[in-house]
Amino acid sequence: MALGLEASLGDTVITTKLDECINWGRQYSLWPFIFGTACCAIEFMSAAASQHDISRFGAEVVRFSPRQADLLLVCGTISYKQAPILKRIYEQMPDPKWVVAMGACASSGGIYDNYCTVQGIDNIIPVDVFISGCPPRPEAVLDALIAIQDQIKGESVRKDRHKDFKGILD
Amino acid sequence: MNATALEKIRAAFPDATCKVVLDSVVIDVQPENLENTLSRLKNEPDFNCGLMVDVTAVDYLQYPQPQNARFYVIYTLRNWEKNILVQVRTPVKDPTAGIPTATHLWGAAKFGEREVYDQYGIHFQGHPDLRRILNHWQFEGHPLRKDYPIEKGQVCLQSDSLEKEIRARLAHRGVDKATMMDINTEVMFLNIGPSHPATHGAIRILTALDGETILANVNEIGYLHRGFEKTAENRTYNQIIPLTDRLNYCSSMINNIAYAKAVESWLGVTITERAQFMRVVLTEFYRVLDHLVCLAAALVDMGGLTNYWYLYNEKEAAYDLISRLTGARLTSSFTRIGGMYRDFYDGWETDLELQLRGIEKGIGDALKLVDTNRIVHDRTQGVCIVSAETALNYGFTGPVLRASGVPFDLRKDAPYYNYESFDFEVPVGTNGDIYDRFMIRFYEMAQSIRIIRQAMKHIPAGPVNVDESQVCLPPKQQVYNNIEGLANHFKLIFEGVKTPPGEWYDSFEAANGELGFHFVSDGSGKPYKLKVRPPCFYIMGGFHKMVEGNMIADAVINLSCINIIGGELDR
Repeated sequence: MALGLEASLGDTVITTKLDECINWGRQYSLWPFIFGTACCAIEFMSAAASQHDISRFGAEVVRFSPRQADLLLVCGTISYKQAPILKRIYEQMPDPKWVVAMGACASSGGIYDNYCTVQGIDNIIPVDVFISGCPPRPEAVLDALIAIQDQIKGESVRKDRHKDFKGILD
Repeated sequence: MNATALEKIRAAFPDATCKVVLDSVVIDVQPENLENTLSRLKNEPDFNCGLMVDVTAVDYLQYPQPQNARFYVIYTLRNWEKNILVQVRTPVKDPTAGIPTATHLWGAAKFGEREVYDQYGIHFQGHPDLRRILNHWQFEGHPLRKDYPIEKGQVCLQSDSLEKEIRARLAHRGVDKATMMDINTEVMFLNIGPSHPATHGAIRILTALDGETILANVNEIGYLHRGFEKTAENRTYNQIIPLTDRLNYCSSMINNIAYAKAVESWLGVTITERAQFMRVVLTEFYRVLDHLVCLAAALVDMGGLTNYWYLYNEKEAAYDLISRLTGARLTSSFTRIGGMYRDFYDGWETDLELQLRGIEKGIGDALKLVDTNRIVHDRTQGVCIVSAETALNYGFTGPVLRASGVPFDLRKDAPYYNYESFDFEVPVGTNGDIYDRFMIRFYEMAQSIRIIRQAMKHIPAGPVNVDESQVCLPPKQQVYNNIEGLANHFKLIFEGVKTPPGEWYDSFEAANGELGFHFVSDGSGKPYKLKVRPPCFYIMGGFHKMVEGNMIADAVINLSCINIIGGELDR
């Protein structure tokens, strides 16, 4: 099935940089894992539903196994009881992986400055993008997705990004 | 609460002190009489308190008026048929020795007393499974004690294995070595959650399976425990409203309204007619939204993704309507003590009617797919049945209780905000299976829309806030232009609305069932204690009763049809 392009190019060789080629692929096929615990998960449902439609950005293949995902979206409050589970899930995801902290609770504990709430998930796992809001609007989720895509564009595929991270559970 | 109930209780318990607080009769008993009092309240036909609404404790360590003991445990009981609400208070001299359990009387006490043990460290003698429930197993101390500092977090390094509990449950169900030989296989342990698409949040369900049949089930909750009650003790009454949004975040405004109503009833404030009608309209609208999300998610779990779009698109459109009204999509914070944040905007009525029609269409489209669908019927009818007795015993309320055939609805049985004058019906199920729990929500949405239309027709004009300077903020005109207005504003913001000292319980029919608030006030602008009675906490407490003996796939759709919301479950 020739599209016409192949025929006109003939035996031409196209050269590109490995980083650019791989990152282009990674950028537009992020598979998110939704670690939904609270209110923010409802707003993620809205981001995935018809009106905001996250599939316009190539990230609609929501995975429920961390082993098949490369984008961890933490939607909601993380308590100390939940923390070891979040860490385990992060560790189960294959590299390369990116993390979005959605909403005030995941980013900083939000209004819950107390004995049971982790004051930001960057105490446990490395985070790439934080979304403000309580809960953020679906547009903010899309904005964070675009921010992750921009970040991927500038990365080197050979670099292990979070090798030296140390959280409270390490 | 009528006077005859008080007289009857006085006559039956001559040694105890009884008084009436709002709608409830409060009985003070000594711990040695507790067991007898509770069992008489439950079993004597005069009282017949079959529903244990809640159990909580109070730590009087920093309370200004001295009390007989540091800790008191309070059982809240209800006779739903005659609308009798009773609270039994008992002092706890030594929390380590504790008081006798009530688990043999009500199954609901199993979860309720575990929470009191976890939060206050009060022991219940004879409780079959007394361990932490909201906090993690490595936690030390008891956070709701007044001497526990609010910011003292404790790291949890590992999840609890629950192995001991599931084995105990297996033994309780009579699965022993002989059974194993008989079924000729090994029991398989299957863990679902806490992060699993079927759990709709963070709940952990551990099952012991024979093939696909669930032999035993234990659950762990508390993954979304965010310290609502401790945080509320450090906020003024109006500052707590945003926290209530995040209890049941699918129907945030119902929580706002229920909370404001609870505070107002103690203050003795009657809100304006218009505000009452607004609250009815918004409560019923949010009841519809809550059921929409529950059904959309539940049908996805059953494999019907199309229903999700039909139902969820309407919910999404309703968010736009709500954000026009409140400025927020999900967390509305729309009530104030003494009224509402503001009135409906011009054109709200037309927008609302359009939205209601959209919702009706969505419901109709979804019903067309499920109503006569053989697959839906086969998967839901006669599955995960829970009898009316079990449902009451475990403290179920709301649609899940009504699906089992108990027509208890606070809007009918203890009406507030003129509910008695609206023309609506309370749908009741017959079998108490998953099908009933599904369909009852469809019917309730239709009834709620009926109420909204009646309320919008009769809503009177007028102010939405009461004219009381001790409760409501003065108009901005006065704050900026005269010193009395400024001082009034300043005092209300900084000190909060002051409530008279005392203790009270007030309840509300939320989308999931009875949403109650138990307050203790020391006379300041902040509650001394605030306990939420979340409807789905007790429904989760009876989850094993629904699923044991059924298939593992049924447990998944059963979980979605009881609408567990993490924020409310774990607070």
